[in-house]
Amino acid sequence: MGTRTIIPFGPQHPVLPEPIHLDLVLEDEKVVDALPSIGYVHRGLERLAEVKDYNELVYVAERICGICSFIHGQGYCQGVETLLNVEVPPRAKYLRTIWAELSRIHSHLLWLGLFADSFGFESLFMHCWRVREKIVDIIEETAGGRVIFGSCKVGGVRRDISNDTLKRIRGELAAIESQYNELKPTFLKDASVNRRTVGVGMLSREQAIALGAVGPTLRGSGVAQDMRKLGYAAYKELQWEPVVETAGDCYARTVVRVREVTMSFDIIRQAIEKIPAGPIAVKITGNPTGEFFSRLEQPRGEVVYYLKGNNTKNLERFRIRTPTFANSPPLVIMLKGCELPDVPVIVLTIDPCISCTER
Amino acid sequence: MAHLTISKIITRSAVSKYATRLYPFVKREPYKNTRGHIANEINLCIFCSLCQKKCPTHAITVKKPDKIWEIDRMKCIQCGACVDACPKKCLSMDQQYSAPSPVKSIESFHQEASTL
Amino acid sequence: MIEPQPITTIDRSELPAKTATLASQGWRLVQICCTTGDTSLELTYSFDKEYAFSNLRVIVPRSDAVVPSITASYLAAFTYENELQDLFGITVTDLAINYNGKFYITTIKHPFLQKKTNTPASTMPA
Repeated sequence: MGTRTIIPFGPQHPVLPEPIHLDLVLEDEKVVDALPSIGYVHRGLERLAEVKDYNELVYVAERICGICSFIHGQGYCQGVETLLNVEVPPRAKYLRTIWAELSRIHSHLLWLGLFADSFGFESLFMHCWRVREKIVDIIEETAGGRVIFGSCKVGGVRRDISNDTLKRIRGELAAIESQYNELKPTFLKDASVNRRTVGVGMLSREQAIALGAVGPTLRGSGVAQDMRKLGYAAYKELQWEPVVETAGDCYARTVVRVREVTMSFDIIRQAIEKIPAGPIAVKITGNPTGEFFSRLEQPRGEVVYYLKGNNTKNLERFRIRTPTFANSPPLVIMLKGCELPDVPVIVLTIDPCISCTER
Repeated sequence: MAHLTISKIITRSAVSKYATRLYPFVKREPYKNTRGHIANEINLCIFCSLCQKKCPTHAITVKKPDKIWEIDRMKCIQCGACVDACPKKCLSMDQQYSAPSPVKSIESFHQEASTL
Repeated sequence: MIEPQPITTIDRSELPAKTATLASQGWRLVQICCTTGDTSLELTYSFDKEYAFSNLRVIVPRSDAVVPSITASYLAAFTYENELQDLFGITVTDLAINYNGKFYITTIKHPFLQKKTNTPASTMPA
């Protein structure tokens, strides 16, 4: 047995854009124990529900995270709509699906780039972001902002995308997809990448469930669970199946995301094909009452909104459990037994988004 | 196992033109929907202060007696809630982003009495 | 689109046994949430199994805010339970990984227990 050393990893670390701290117990170069801690950027957003009107809170919800912004707004709106017993028009549901999937593609491409950066593959990082830029352009063209969509509201969506624009976007997406397909073999087959990912950061199926992993971390361990299967928005009318990999290592989690991008392209194509005509929003009256857990699939996994209304303009309780919060405990298991240089790679495979975790 | 799978992409990008723009010589054209900053056609404004009520960040101040409409550009989040609420449609979303500034300042629009 | 979301109210002493049963049946811990009432705190433990969603609810008085930990059956609960300790001032007994109030470092102690305040726009930082 070698000498045990405890070294701090983070809160400021080159691979982490946001502050998470890990205490790593090392035996020579091997990690024997790891303990994550957060708490550097807690903002207390949840309590804003007490001073903001439930219609205004959409803007707060969207700004919880800069990457999965649309799905945060959508989750909040779907929750309030359930409390108000409002049915959103079908066109709004399809538009929400299209925007949510665009958001997923750009988030996954961002992550693939950052992941490449975590093992020092700078040119792959740049090329992922080059492809992502085109998606961000489409988002700006349709929603008006590059990352903050500002398009969801309680009762529907705030702006429409014309059918002509949708047709043109379908053509543009096909071109983007072929550029993306050129990048795929590097993640899936390249020897230098696989040497860093295959067999690293193992998380078995049982451990994933016991530790409450969500999203690609859970699906990379062989559990076919994707909250989009709950059938919110237009997902129940479209043909798709959750992406599952069984290995449970960093490679499996990467493959899940690589395949999910392709699936998102396909979902958008189907949604553009099927989108019905009609109104995009309904008028909202009354105040929310009752309680509801709104669950959605974000690029990083399952997000849970707990909303409790007391028939006033303000919600009594607004609680958000973001995917990274649920994916932090599995890190404890994944990091055990790995080599020190693999720590950044493993931490990145849960796609950490710390600011939204601390809300 | 494959080796150097990225070489094709790298070779192509080495010989083709830049993926980025040579800013500031080449500027990016904003889209029609781009949320840049809030503009006010002040002569049409009736100072109803609906925009002030709807603003989620309290960036807008309306002083009806003085016929002054003020916006704090640093607080504004370009959500467009005021544009949706405006009954006279004098508020609009301009495509150009508001300029960066080293100091926080409030932009003020004053309506001349004769224009009514 | 809405799945049933049953909520079973139980006594806090039943909590470790109930969660141990759920864990052995393969339920995944989704979240733990606390809602503050005037005199009581309402804790909701949510679980998921193949898209089925189920909740356990424990109500404790503010004056005696102590709950047993469920980390024996769900280790992942340590993040949520430390959150309960730091933000809501709830004492969680037998917590497997206890940050002792250092999980969230906040200026005000137990901020979510503070009275609801309506901050006027003028006092907000510019």
